[in-house]
Amino acid sequence: MKLQSIILSFVMIFSSPFAYSADKALRVGMVTDVGGVNDQSFNQSAWEGLQKAKKELVIKASYQESKQDADYPANLETLFDAGNDLIWGIGFKMADAVLKAAKQNPKQKYAIIDFSFGDKTPANVVGVMFKAEEGAFLAGFIAAKMSKTNTIGFIGGMSVPIIHSFQYGYKAGAKYANNKVAVLEQYSESFTDAAKGKAIANQMISKNADVLFHAAGAVGDGVIEAAKEKNKMAVGVDRDQNYLAPKNVITSSLKRVDNAIFEVVADLKKGNFKGGTTQNYGLKDGAVDIAPTTSKMIPAALLTEVNTLKKKIADGKIKIPSDEKAYTVFAKTLK
Amino acid sequence: MKELIFLFSTTLMYSTPLIFTALGGVLSEKTGVINIGLEGMMTMGAFSASLAAIKTGNPWLGLIAGGLGGLSLALLHALASIKYKANQVVSGMAINFLGSGIAIFLCRLIFEGTSMTPPLDLEKKIPVYFSQYATVYLAFIMTFIIWFLFNKTVLGLRIIATGEHPKSTDAAGLNGALYKTFGVLTSGFLAGLGGASLSLAIVSNFRPTLISGQGFIAIAALIFGKWRPLQTALACLFFGFSQAIVIFIGGREDFHFSSQLLSTLPYIMTLLILVGFMGKTTAPSALGQ
Repeated sequence: MKLQSIILSFVMIFSSPFAYSADKALRVGMVTDVGGVNDQSFNQSAWEGLQKAKKELVIKASYQESKQDADYPANLETLFDAGNDLIWGIGFKMADAVLKAAKQNPKQKYAIIDFSFGDKTPANVVGVMFKAEEGAFLAGFIAAKMSKTNTIGFIGGMSVPIIHSFQYGYKAGAKYANNKVAVLEQYSESFTDAAKGKAIANQMISKNADVLFHAAGAVGDGVIEAAKEKNKMAVGVDRDQNYLAPKNVITSSLKRVDNAIFEVVADLKKGNFKGGTTQNYGLKDGAVDIAPTTSKMIPAALLTEVNTLKKKIADGKIKIPSDEKAYTVFAKTLK
Repeated sequence: MKELIFLFSTTLMYSTPLIFTALGGVLSEKTGVINIGLEGMMTMGAFSASLAAIKTGNPWLGLIAGGLGGLSLALLHALASIKYKANQVVSGMAINFLGSGIAIFLCRLIFEGTSMTPPLDLEKKIPVYFSQYATVYLAFIMTFIIWFLFNKTVLGLRIIATGEHPKSTDAAGLNGALYKTFGVLTSGFLAGLGGASLSLAIVSNFRPTLISGQGFIAIAALIFGKWRPLQTALACLFFGFSQAIVIFIGGREDFHFSSQLLSTLPYIMTLLILVGFMGKTTAPSALGQ
């Protein structure tokens, strides 16, 4: 027992410096949230970003999977001990753990996806946020143009600011395409209750909506299922959800976590780590987009319009609202 | 009229998985074995159903596989709580963790590391009759079968006796453990069907969050229904109906009501009825022993 602990402490003392000095390549590690690295969602996207960085920026990348929320601190610690130059927390659920780790190890650089510490961001942390409203705006534009009934729907998960940015971006895009389109909106107050999503979608369909967009996590499975059963159109979120209903999901509002991660790592490599700030990535940075499958689901003429629109947004010619107040201002500018 | 149809069909859709699972709970608890593990058994059922339906292309085989998935966990519960007389609540909780753990593990193993199963095509889902999935009708048929079991058959009476007064069934020379095992295994099968009715009908794929809380609502429903099959099914319908009302009110364009407050309505209604109209609930007297 005693011998064991002595050996263990030697291992602990010597392993991390050795690992660190072995080579000069930049080391970047990430901790997944409970979804795991193959979640077909943002964790997977994050890992794809690091692998791209590994190839193009010649860095060393590794990940730690979390099985439960309680694993975050330990996983962050593991990556710290492994001598990483930058450690990622993937997802807002890790905010507390990242903040604590950053305070404990002020010389270690951290970054977190989907969370902003605002003014209180420690100097060794970068928060990464996405301009979800820009992707949602394009989705709304497409939805309004594709609707035959001039009625489209939005189903939100919980009524929180991040979901509001989807809601008002979508609504703004729809009204921008066609000011006469009616947008039905409802919150499920859940990110898991697929049955509730399906019921809300069914109700919207019974009120003539023929394109439904969701920003509601697994509730969206029910929304897309309803569209599939009733042969209506649906719009996915976060990743390309066309595979859930290949005939019905006409587009998806994407969050390209991979591109955002790549940007931050590239900045770090250039010695330009923007610690103490929150980075808002959008269309311009390729961090927000619509799904590649969109091109086979909508007419070519509409796709051209969408691409023109994309450019306008990237150039900052259209300011997309992300909350109710900004939306009201935006709506007044429309004819 | 359109509104009424919506309320009606949403109530049916919402309560179907709950009815299966709560009936399962009734069967187990009537024999005197507490089954807190319904949630885990549902999860396992939802996953196995989806897996079998994808691999065989037949939703009915999927449904049966869902039942068997739930049953496999019930086997563990029976072993722990009947054979080895372990604490039934602890064993049930362990089953809940185990259910989601095994389902996710197998899912990743079989579907290239993803924690979701691929979706089923419409024609590979449980068929629809009169605009409702067959599972909805099956839930009502099951309610009747279990009502019949308890009220018209010797087996049912013996099950009740095992849960109420195990000493007298022992004295009568009946094998109590056998009836308990029967109750626990069928409860697992039914909870599995409950999970399957979600992954094969309400949606067409499994994901780890598909079952989040339904198993516990089913337990509430069976207490609400005083451990009687018909009342328990009614309790599930009531819960489904209150969800339908929430969605109906939340979708009104003419007035706006806070969606957060609204979403608490089913729970508040359940509480009110529990406190106000229920009177004393009577659990099987030897429950948990």
